[in-house]
Amino acid sequence: MTADKARIARQFIDAIPHARALDMKITEIGDGFARIEMPYAPHLVGDPQTGVIHGGAVSALMDTCGGAAVMSHPASPAATATIDLRIEYMRGATPGQTIVAEATCHHITRAVAFVRAVAMDDDRDRPVATATGAFTVEQTS
Amino acid sequence: MTRRPPEPVQVVKQRRDAALTALADRVPYIAFLGIRFDRRGDELTALLPFRDELIGNPFLPAIHGGVTAAFLEVTAIISLSYVWLWEDVESGALKLEDLEAGTLPRLPKTIDFTVDYLRSGLPRDAYARARVTRSGRRYASVQAEAWQDNRDRPMAQATAHFLMPRPDG
Repeated sequence: MTADKARIARQFIDAIPHARALDMKITEIGDGFARIEMPYAPHLVGDPQTGVIHGGAVSALMDTCGGAAVMSHPASPAATATIDLRIEYMRGATPGQTIVAEATCHHITRAVAFVRAVAMDDDRDRPVATATGAFTVEQTS
Repeated sequence: MTRRPPEPVQVVKQRRDAALTALADRVPYIAFLGIRFDRRGDELTALLPFRDELIGNPFLPAIHGGVTAAFLEVTAIISLSYVWLWEDVESGALKLEDLEAGTLPRLPKTIDFTVDYLRSGLPRDAYARARVTRSGRRYASVQAEAWQDNRDRPMAQATAHFLMPRPDG
């Protein structure tokens, strides 16, 4: 059941045009946890003087990863939408390095799923950004 | 008392537009999303033309929440920077040649960013405006709102805090 859910979530994420546009790849998913990687690319740069990736691209990654974590939760029906997402930027990601986001759906009710996420570059001990979010739990009739 | 005659409107507009171009047109990610800015005086409206690549839910279809967040963040940071540069653009302290060469002071850095999703993003063009609610020497607070067909039915709103660049660069 859970493996099945993970497969559906993976297929869903892989079918998202914008996730493909950002070259996102799911490297782990299941039981309310998701890890998604987004490789560095010149078109994601937000500050041309430093080559640092734009915060917006990190937001897109965090949002996708949070949604994937919710979808993979055993208590969640397949679909979800973001209610709100707060992102804290600790530092600029090092240019050239892949960004990895990890999201955990740490609590879920019949209506709402609560998510915490972190984004890292190669230096895993110093996160680039953290996020907290609430997502809808879509009840399928 | 002698007054400096007002500059010709074309000169003023040229410098204002050059400042906006220097801020927005050199950022690869803004071009990647296809965001453009419409300027009326010091008010900016961001425009996000719809493309299939922006879709986050192919079944509805709906714009990706991450795109909406990025759109609001881009709008907030460009609007804040524009307000921040405005006086120097108006006084001519920032020269047209420098603006056209893209020589700008450092940009504000995002400290945190909160986005509320109010309605799902339809497969249509989206618009956004930001308001700088506080601009201090070190920190600034900005609110932004995005909508599509109907201004009174926003698709998302955001609150953000920024760290302002130090005057010494």
